[in-house]
Amino acid sequence: MNKVFPNVAKAVEDIPDGASIAIAGFFTAGTPLPLIKALVEQGAKDLTIICMQMGPGNEDINQLVVNKQIKKAICNYPFYRSASRGANSPTEQAVRAGDIEMEVSPMGTFSERLRCGGAGIAAFYTPTGVGTVVEEGKEKRQFGDREYLLETALKPDYAFVYAYKGDRMGNLCCHKTARNYNPEMAAAAKITIAAVENIVEPGEIDGDMVHIPGVYVQRVVKVDRLRYIPTID
Amino acid sequence: MSVAKTKKFKGLSRELIALRIANELEDGTYVNLGIGIPTLVSDWIEGRDIVLQAELGMLNTGPLASQEEVEQDLINASCQPVTELPGSCYFSENESFAMIRGGYMDAAVLGALQVSEEGDLAGWQNPGRGLPEDIGNIGGSMDLAVGARKVIIAMMHVTNDGQYKIVKKCSYPLTARGVVDLIVTDLAFIEVTPKGLVLREVAPGLTAKDVQSVTEPKLIVSPDLIEMAF
Repeated sequence: MNKVFPNVAKAVEDIPDGASIAIAGFFTAGTPLPLIKALVEQGAKDLTIICMQMGPGNEDINQLVVNKQIKKAICNYPFYRSASRGANSPTEQAVRAGDIEMEVSPMGTFSERLRCGGAGIAAFYTPTGVGTVVEEGKEKRQFGDREYLLETALKPDYAFVYAYKGDRMGNLCCHKTARNYNPEMAAAAKITIAAVENIVEPGEIDGDMVHIPGVYVQRVVKVDRLRYIPTID
Repeated sequence: MSVAKTKKFKGLSRELIALRIANELEDGTYVNLGIGIPTLVSDWIEGRDIVLQAELGMLNTGPLASQEEVEQDLINASCQPVTELPGSCYFSENESFAMIRGGYMDAAVLGALQVSEEGDLAGWQNPGRGLPEDIGNIGGSMDLAVGARKVIIAMMHVTNDGQYKIVKKCSYPLTARGVVDLIVTDLAFIEVTPKGLVLREVAPGLTAKDVQSVTEPKLIVSPDLIEMAF
């Protein structure tokens, strides 16, 4: 079994217009920037993007917005914290203009929707969001003495994930806080494309250290380790 | 919008609000700190037996990294480079929130835009920004507010232009209903109880009357009211 693709361009080549794509990463950590850049080059349109943020720590995603490749975004922390910085960002401007449809889930709900998507669960009840705007249009049900909202699974067509180490069978090992959304997004998507810093032979990753089992990963592509100073300012 | 029409009082600095909260945290507990004043609490608990959680997937988060220590794969939930401590561990963001909703955080210290007398919290969206009311940076706030066993609010007592932040009813979009246990501001230490807001401590030099004048709901003054001490 060999899932290795020769380069990022080949790895994203078949993504059609209208696809849904989960993009991992928590601000700067574990974000597969080379795959986002390849998607900009590739040019697919009417995309639904599922990711934590649309700009902060993930500036490259702005180019997808500027190119009008995104129809809808599902996020949990989409905008810059600073209102003035946000007002000047392409994403916030596109959302205000109605060019991008934005759906916001609480962070824990967001990742649980993905986990369920990869685990054969259609929906789940969570106490998060009860009594807030998040409950609008959702079933609310009491279990014991507490109310819960019914939230539905996310099953994206593709996922872009990032790993410190991976083998040609798709087993991945993440590094520290760069793991974040990567495992659940890899499992949720039909086709998961992993940008990997170090591609090694099967067996070189201790089986106990595999954070994302290869069954969830369809494509592996080598990328250079990014060098940046983590910041959202 | 209700406006506190009285003079501005000189109260605690942001750092001292954080210190008062640090002194309230118990040893042997797991704590999550939000963005803003809550983050400053970490400066006051070094050496204490308190484990900090970073919601992107880390327990026992260490102090902020120095220039030489910066590791791009090791950040906290505010995207600041941090360090490891002995016993630090990593997990997915999904597991992190399972931990939060599952009730494993003994306390969450969060910022707020408004807190009501019934303990409702509004902290994720300021309508002044002009976004639709269901769109904004919810982040981890709603999960932490409903999941943590104790919710402690760290904030300034009134807005920059003198409006109440402790209100009868929140006018901003809610983070969660009835979740706040303690409110620590530059002027006061207030406990949310079923009977109402109990004023337990005032900043040095202030009186209960001073604090009431910048608080919309009626405060119940504790018979044991004291000045905050550090």
